[in-house]
Formats: sequence, C-alpha cells, structure tokens
Amino acid sequence: MAGDGSFPCGEARSAIAFENVRIGFDEVEILRGVSFCVRERETVVLLGETGTGKTLTLKIAAGLLRPDSGTVDVLGQKVSEMVESDLLAFRRKIGFMFQEGALFDSMTVAENVAYRLNEDGAAPEEIEPRVKEVLRFVELEHTVDMIPSELSGGMRRRVSIARALVNRPPIVLYDSPTAGLDPITSQTIITLILRLRDVYGVTALLATHRLQDGFALANFHFDMHAERVVANSRNGSAAAIATRTRFLVYRDGEIYFEGEPEEIANSDDPYLKRFLV
Amino acid sequence: MADTPLQVTGNRTKQEETASIVEVLERATKRAVAAVQDYSLLSFRALTNLATAPHYFQDTLDQMDDVGVGSLPIILLSGFFIGGVMVLQTGAQFVRFGQTSLTGDVVSLALVRELGPAITGLLTAGRCSSGMASELGSMLVTEQVDAMRAMGTDPSRKLVTPRLLASLLMVPLLTALMVFVGLLGGCVASVFSLQLSAVEFWRRSVDALEFADLMQGFMKSLVFGFILATVGCYKGLTVRGGTQGVGRATTQAVVISSVFIIVADLFLTKLCLYLSNKIF
Repeated sequence: MAGDGSFPCGEARSAIAFENVRIGFDEVEILRGVSFCVRERETVVLLGETGTGKTLTLKIAAGLLRPDSGTVDVLGQKVSEMVESDLLAFRRKIGFMFQEGALFDSMTVAENVAYRLNEDGAAPEEIEPRVKEVLRFVELEHTVDMIPSELSGGMRRRVSIARALVNRPPIVLYDSPTAGLDPITSQTIITLILRLRDVYGVTALLATHRLQDGFALANFHFDMHAERVVANSRNGSAAAIATRTRFLVYRDGEIYFEGEPEEIANSDDPYLKRFLV
Repeated sequence: MADTPLQVTGNRTKQEETASIVEVLERATKRAVAAVQDYSLLSFRALTNLATAPHYFQDTLDQMDDVGVGSLPIILLSGFFIGGVMVLQTGAQFVRFGQTSLTGDVVSLALVRELGPAITGLLTAGRCSSGMASELGSMLVTEQVDAMRAMGTDPSRKLVTPRLLASLLMVPLLTALMVFVGLLGGCVASVFSLQLSAVEFWRRSVDALEFADLMQGFMKSLVFGFILATVGCYKGLTVRGGTQGVGRATTQAVVISSVFIIVADLFLTKLCLYLSNKIF
C-alpha cells in the first residue's frame, strides 16, 4: 500500500498533482516520495496521524514550501519550480484555510475577509457587497465589525472559510478544519465545506485526522433547491457523482492507502481501522 | 531542504548525542553564516522593495506614528536630562580653569556628534526593535505570515519595508529633537549651576557646530534606524519555538540591535571624521 509512485489521475484533468515529492527538516525526511492527484471538482480527504506531513502537503500545494525533490503541478502550472514573485500572483487562485484560522488579529472580520480584494485594488463599492455575501454564506453577517479575539474558535474557522472563498478560487485547501472543535461546531464547518463544494464547485484537498469528516463529505451533498444537506442516494445522484470524494491515508511520510470511501470503510487493515474507532 | 524567502536556513543540523567539539563548532559556524545570509537578504529585499510597487503607505504612516510619535516622550525626557548632566559634568572641570564659557561648545558637539544619535538609537531600539520582533514573531507563530503569503502578499513588502522606511525617516528626526531638547536642558543647568547667561550658552553652542558635525549626527542616526528596524524584523520573522520563542526573539532583538548600534558607532565615527576633511 505504501507509495509506489503511481499517478492515479489517468485521463482526467488534474487540478493538483504531486509526483514523487520529498521534503524534510533537520535532516529528517517527513514526506518520502508522495505521488497523488486531485481531479477537478473532486474532494480528496488527507488522513493521517499528527506529524505525518498533512499540513506540509497543503503548504507545498499552495507553494508556501518548496519540496526538496519531486514535482508539484497545480492548475497546470509547475508550482515546485516557480519563483516566489510568480507564486505570489499564482496563490490568488487558491483558497487556504489554516488550522487555527490565522486571521489577522489587528483587523476586523470585514477587513480580514476583504484583505485579498483590497490587495487586488478592488473598488470599495465592489468589496462591501462581496464581503457581506461571503459572510452571509458562513452565517456570520453580524460579526462584520468584530475583531478575531471576540469570536469563538468555530466562528474564527468560519471567517477563515469566508476569507478563503472571497475571490472565488477554483481550489480550496483545508488544514484540519474541525480540529479541537466540539461535534456540533464541527458539523457546522463540514456543512459549510459541503455547501462550498456543491454551490461553487471548488476542488478541495482537506487534511484531517477525523475519518467522520471525510465520510460526511462522501455521503452527503448540499441540495440547492431544498437549501439543505441531504444524504446521497444509493444509486448515486448526479450531484454526488460530480463531486467525488476520495481518501488518502499517510503513514510515515508515505501514502499508505488511496481509495474510495467504501474501501476504507470495509477495510480489515489494522492501521486503517484505528481511524474508524 | 525546503527554501522559501523567510524560512531560516540555519538551525537545521541534526543534534547527535555523540557530536565531537569540531562538529559542534562546525554547526555553530554554519548557523552563524546562515543567519548573516538571511539577515542580509531580508535587509536587501526590504530596501529594494522601496523602488517597486506595490507600496503600503498606510502601513508606513502607522509605523511612523509608532516609531516617531510613540518614542517622542522618552526621547525628549532623556534628552533634557542628558543635556543637563553633560553641563554639570563638563562645567565642573572647566571651573578649575576658569573656562566655564566653553561648556556650551563641548556639550553641543558631544550631543550633535555622538550622544544624540547614539542615545536616540539605543532608546528607540529598546522600544521599537523589541516591538517589531514581538509583533512579527506573534504573527509568524499564529500562521498570519503564512496566511499573508497564501493570499498573494509579500511579507517583506507589507511588514518589513514600512517598518524600515518609518525608522529611516523617524530616527533622524527624533535625534534632531533630542539634541535640541538636550541643549535646552544644558542651558537650564548652566544658568542655574554655572551662572552662565542663557544667551551666551546658546550662542556658543550654535557657533561651535559646523556642517560636518550635523552630517555626522544625521548619518549615524540613519544607520541606527536601519539597524533597529532590520534586526527587529529579522528576529521576529525567524522566531522558533512558539510563544516562548517570541519572548526570546524580543530580548535578542534589543540586545543585538543595541550592540550593533554601539559597534557601528565606532566605525561610523572614524568614517565621518575621515569624510569631514574630504567632503563636508
């Protein structure tokens, strides 16, 4: 099961493709030749214990870290070979939700959400409605003038989601979006990720150590007519097929498992079963 | 190993229990060289950012307010009393030769050439270099710097350049104010302690100064502003070890920038004395 260097995207267009990626710090190799791809509009759930390189994978995909070797292709561009000045422009196509939100603590919620639009030099009359729209999407319209320290942990993550999607990026990277949250708040965050996927059709790479987050993404979809989250039908609805969810499991810096939700759910592998508990 | 603009290239050697003294020294040297390299690159980038867009004018104004207006009370208060002390000390010596009228000359030259820039640099470093290190360090450990990069902003442009520009503009102005208030304090002390007339003290203080003296003070304060901003930002952006690391970086920023200022002062004095005969 360990990473065999295979490249499973086949004929489909890949939004993110890693090929034999290696990275290490302090002479300790964290990622040891990781290869995988994420197709357009697909959600890949990256599972793994703490310290297995999930966050590193996301940061490499966003060009925040450069791998020691291997190639990283995102939206058709070789991110692993780009210089920082090109990466700065390129990263505007990617939304990144950090584990603790990483909101700018000296700015209000509105300023945080509008940050990227302000950087792009958008007109104020364009920024305000857009900020309101994304804050409405995460149901935090009332927090516009609040500062991050006045928000709860779950609210900070929701603002972080709003900030990540403000300029409608085709790819969103989520770093442990439900880590440290209570079950109800975790459910709210997952529902938002579902809505973001099904309403805007974003490609997502989601790092987590909670298998139930992955199953929720795989087994439910957001019904835009009913405006609520509904379970996928057994024969597979069009919405569910269009937004496929796959799992990647990291172990010791390598891909230990790669497959569909049913495969991981029915697996007898003792290591995978640890995530099912 | 991974490299990004603000990633530290030092501190990456594996700690082995059986390392020999040679290996330990080798690692320490590598770390030091890497730190100098990172510091130089960050400073160079912060300076070259001034020549290209985008510019963060509001951030620069905010920093000018923090460095300039924020440091004003301690600079003025210190300047006044340092000027007074200088007059008391030098006056006590001149009394022995009956030359108390020379006090204004000496105090003025000392303040403009040396004490003004050096003490302004040290006080501002204590207040602002530590502030910059702790602010940027906190942003780094809470992933705000990464978030900035993820949203397409160059942190050296948004965070370092405004602080550097603000320090380059504000430290010379603070120095000028400190010298003025120092002479004011000296004037008060000379009137009450040495029974000199205020007009006489002020006239001699101003007459003693030449253009080269003013340039020496200006040049030093400019360099000290550069040192305190770049050291503060570098220590902040290379924090390791969470909140404890932020505390350590804050202390190091003050210590390193203060030592750099004192060391640079010696070389700048020599350079300025050389230039005063050639250019000014």
